[in-house]
Formats: sequence, C-alpha cells, structure tokens
Amino acid sequence: MLLIKCPYCEEERPELEFRNAGEAHLVRSPAISEQSDEDFAAFLYFRQNPKGLQFERWRHIHGCGRFFNAVRDSVSDKFLTVYKAGEPRPDVETLLNPETVSDAEPAKKRAPRAKKGEL
Amino acid sequence: MADLAQAAQRAHPLQTGHAGVGSVSVALADNATRVSLRARPDAVAALSKALGLSLPLKPKTTTSQGNRAALWIGPDEWLLLDVDGSSLVADLAKVKVLHSAVDVSHRNVGIVVSGKGADAVVNGGCPQDLSLGAFPVGAASRTVLGKIEIVLWRTAEDTFRVECWRSFSGYAYSFLQESARDVAV
Repeated sequence: MLLIKCPYCEEERPELEFRNAGEAHLVRSPAISEQSDEDFAAFLYFRQNPKGLQFERWRHIHGCGRFFNAVRDSVSDKFLTVYKAGEPRPDVETLLNPETVSDAEPAKKRAPRAKKGEL
Repeated sequence: MADLAQAAQRAHPLQTGHAGVGSVSVALADNATRVSLRARPDAVAALSKALGLSLPLKPKTTTSQGNRAALWIGPDEWLLLDVDGSSLVADLAKVKVLHSAVDVSHRNVGIVVSGKGADAVVNGGCPQDLSLGAFPVGAASRTVLGKIEIVLWRTAEDTFRVECWRSFSGYAYSFLQESARDVAV
C-alpha cells in the first residue's frame, strides 16, 4: 500500500484514505462562451496521461477532506512531492536533483513537459 | 476426540454484545450530543469561548473539558462530542460569528473498543499506524475501517472510540467483534 503525505494533515497516511482526482493545474477559461469547441474539449476531456512525472490532484477524502496536488511518477508510483491546492507548480528539476540545482547552472537535460492550455 | 468436541467453544454467528473472548471488549457507547462544526480561522476564538474549550488547531489532535470534547477533523472542521442532553447546540446558537454547526447526534453511533490489544482490533480494518508514537492518547482522525469511513479517537492507551454513521453501525459493530475474536486467537 502506498503511503501518501497529506500537506494538511502533515503526515503520511495510507493510500486507502485518498482518492485520485485527475490532472492538476487545469484552468477553466474565464470567457468560456467565447471558447472554440476544440479548446473547450481540450479543457474538459483531453488529458496528458504521460508515462513519467505527472501533476495530479488528490483528495484526502477519508481524512481531512481536502484536495491537494502531488507530483507522482506514473511508472514507479513514487511521489516526489505534495503541495496544497492553490500553491504554484513546483520546479521538477529541483525536485529531481535537490543538491545540484542550487549552485549549478540551470539544467537543460529533461525539461518539464510542455503543457497545453496551461496558465 | 469426544473430549475435544466438548471443550471447543462454538461462537454463534449472531452473537451480540461483548465479544466475550480475549482481552478486548467491543461495546456500544452511551448516547451523545454530536455537532459537526465548520468555521474559518477567524471564528475559532469566538467559538472556543462559547464552547468553554479551545478548538484544536493541529492535525489529529483533540481538546476536552469535562465531558465535552473537540476532535480536529480537517483544517476547518471539527467533531464536537458531549453527553446526551448537553447544552452543546444551545451554546453554539449564541455565537454571532459566521460558522456552520450541524447537530449530528443521531447520525453517528459510537463504539468503544477497550482492553489490551485494542489497537490490534481496530487495525483489523483500519490501515493507520496506531502505535503510541504515531497515534498517542488524545489523537483523533477520520479514517477507514474495512469498507466504511469512521472517526477514530484514542481516549486511553488501550481504549478507542469509533464513531461511524448509523446505517453503517451494524457493519462496524460486527466487524470489530469479529476482529476482537481474531485478536484473541
């Protein structure tokens, strides 16, 4: 069973208390009536579903009840970090190389995947 | 062979009441007044004053004053417990700041699991770490028990109070009794 850290409960809890809530950082257009059907379909239906790191929403439904965001590797199921809803997307390079990034030049190796329709 | 058959204790499938085996008893808690309270941080001081206890602000903690207890459920959510017929609801009705207090006295059923090995009995269906270091006396949390959601509160080293919704109470009660029988073996 996975242990998932809830940023509101501030500790690791068993996976059974959580519910996955899909991709994170999807932003609804403020002028939805002016959006083309294709753009709206992209917002509503089409998800990245990458093999590798992905930004997800989770809900601690059988705990504090809060939604939060997490960075998880969809291959190894390893959670890199969790952060509260509304907080900015963390930098993946910093998460992958916590020691080197601070003093070295900005890494060019594996840029975070480009996202469609992201603010 | 005949001796063995006479010595073996057969548990009736509909056995109710105390588990009657081993060290852990599973018993129904007395009726209680329960309130589901939700409020923003700026209302906590006024609510604490009206209730006569300070609402816990740290995750998984509780505060209590006499019979009255407040369990931290979420960042803006508490479960308040008091004895049946208490003035809990009336006290909250006097509070002027914005909050939501719902009387859930009859929505929940309390079950008390007590005795040596009570943590193992609850762990029969609850995946949380219930060691004293991770879940000390006074800790409380919403979690799962088997297929249902419960609120678990450790009132003493070997005593847990399980609060579940009333339509799930039959499931929770028999689940815990079954678990107590398993732990006894």
